[in-house]
Amino acid sequence: MSASTPQPGQQEDEPFHEIVQQEAVYVAKYVTVANPFAVRFLRFIEGMGEVAVLFGRAVSRGVRPPYAPAEIARQVEALGVKSVSIAALTAAVVGLVLSLQFAFFLARFGVQHTVGKVVVLTLFRELAPVLTALTVGARIGSGIAAELGSMTVTEQVDAIRALGADPVRKLVVPRLVACTLVLPALTVLADVLGLVAGSLVVWIQYEIPLREFYRSVVEVANLMDFGSGVAKSAVFGAIIGIVGCFQGFSVRGGTEGVGRATTETVAIASVAVCLSDFFLTKLFMAL
Amino acid sequence: MSPASPTSDGTLIRFEGLHKAFGPKKIYEGLDLEIRKGETLTVIGGSGTGKSVLLKCLIGLQFPDAGRVMFDGQDVTGLSEDDFLPVRRRVAMVFQGAALFDSLTVGENIAYPLREQDRAMPEEEVHRKVKRKLELVNLPGIEDMRPSDLSGGMRKRVGLARAIATDPEVILWDEPTTGLDPISTRVIDDLIVSMKRQLGCTSIVVTHDMDSAFRVSDRMAMLHGRRIVQVGTVQQMQQSERQEVRAFFDARKTDLKQEVPRP
Repeated sequence: MSASTPQPGQQEDEPFHEIVQQEAVYVAKYVTVANPFAVRFLRFIEGMGEVAVLFGRAVSRGVRPPYAPAEIARQVEALGVKSVSIAALTAAVVGLVLSLQFAFFLARFGVQHTVGKVVVLTLFRELAPVLTALTVGARIGSGIAAELGSMTVTEQVDAIRALGADPVRKLVVPRLVACTLVLPALTVLADVLGLVAGSLVVWIQYEIPLREFYRSVVEVANLMDFGSGVAKSAVFGAIIGIVGCFQGFSVRGGTEGVGRATTETVAIASVAVCLSDFFLTKLFMAL
Repeated sequence: MSPASPTSDGTLIRFEGLHKAFGPKKIYEGLDLEIRKGETLTVIGGSGTGKSVLLKCLIGLQFPDAGRVMFDGQDVTGLSEDDFLPVRRRVAMVFQGAALFDSLTVGENIAYPLREQDRAMPEEEVHRKVKRKLELVNLPGIEDMRPSDLSGGMRKRVGLARAIATDPEVILWDEPTTGLDPISTRVIDDLIVSMKRQLGCTSIVVTHDMDSAFRVSDRMAMLHGRRIVQVGTVQQMQQSERQEVRAFFDARKTDLKQEVPRP
């Protein structure tokens, strides 16, 4: 079909996509007048689209040289290494509580020696990746949003562009890569610490020998249980990184805007982690 | 309209019929302005009238809703981010708050555009250029300091050193003296003049500091009511009969009961 020959019923000076766009605007106006919640919903959808565009741009820039390993390393240190303590604490507490609860429950049926099996599956597949993403994610996502937000309001992002560089390449790519590396690493740490803490508490409380605990762990857990959790956490890392970057770049209205972007990042990233967790779980179960 | 050529009438930059709005707030409605090669033109006007946006439209940090921006005979209005690169190499901007990168030292800040432009540039040459630019802004030997350790005036000068690192033809100054003490203001004014003399570059200065504008300008342009209402030499502007220009010039002397009617 030639672009120069207009189709019947279609005006020459008004391409099809413009008509569709106009219709969409009419529908949007109608819906938004009818329902203020629809305004927020449409804005949310719009925001998701913009985040996706930023992600696409970051990936397309990131895969092409020149790479910036030094800057990525700096971000891994700032975002990851400094999050080790919070991730470790969360994991240990989760391991303790989880093991106590399951041991308590299984003891009713007299099968408390199988506690290792339940704990390892819950921890590896679900709790270690998700709780690490929620606690560490709040820290690094808000940190990224605050830093990039401050750079936006002080015109440093404009300055990067004015000096002939690309803010997506300079700021987004290193943070996105660092988040995607850091979250899986911290999840592995959480897996290990959670198990150690769990095994110790049931040994003390329920006198289940450590050897028994770990034998039931290796009996049931396979590479897929471990791998699916780690893979999930990589996706969570990417989500947290890109949401933080997007929120930082979107800051308007000075320092007040930075504060707003920071808190919004925590809320949006947490919801996004939980929602994506559902779909990722379904995906890995189908594999 | 034929494209502007710097050779025909000396015009290097031309804003033609610019329209721009931020949401419901219109800031330009048919703004026209020409800047000649080698001159220092000052754009004066009240706060919040969108003077800075004019500078940003030239290097693609903002985009006009309608109208054209011509640079050296080329229409740069709708260029993509990548196509703006050659323009940004020739046109540098000194930002209002200097916009130095907090995470880098002063030396690294100035080296930033050099390394962006030529990744293969040897380290010794980068150091040499950084040193030379810092000498040009009268701040020798502060390469290893952090931007957070500098005063407002020093930050502006480092911002200038970074802007001129790659020897641009045009320097855009966004409120260069706002928030500075009188001595720092004078230092910056002298630098604007000396940049023109030493580097021969064209400057557009956006300011509402009239003393500063008188000192540095070859010509001045008054932005009022979403367009440029008058352009002329300092003397022409001082003798202007236009009410809005008079009001702006005399604001320090008169009481402000007689407010300028806003269109």
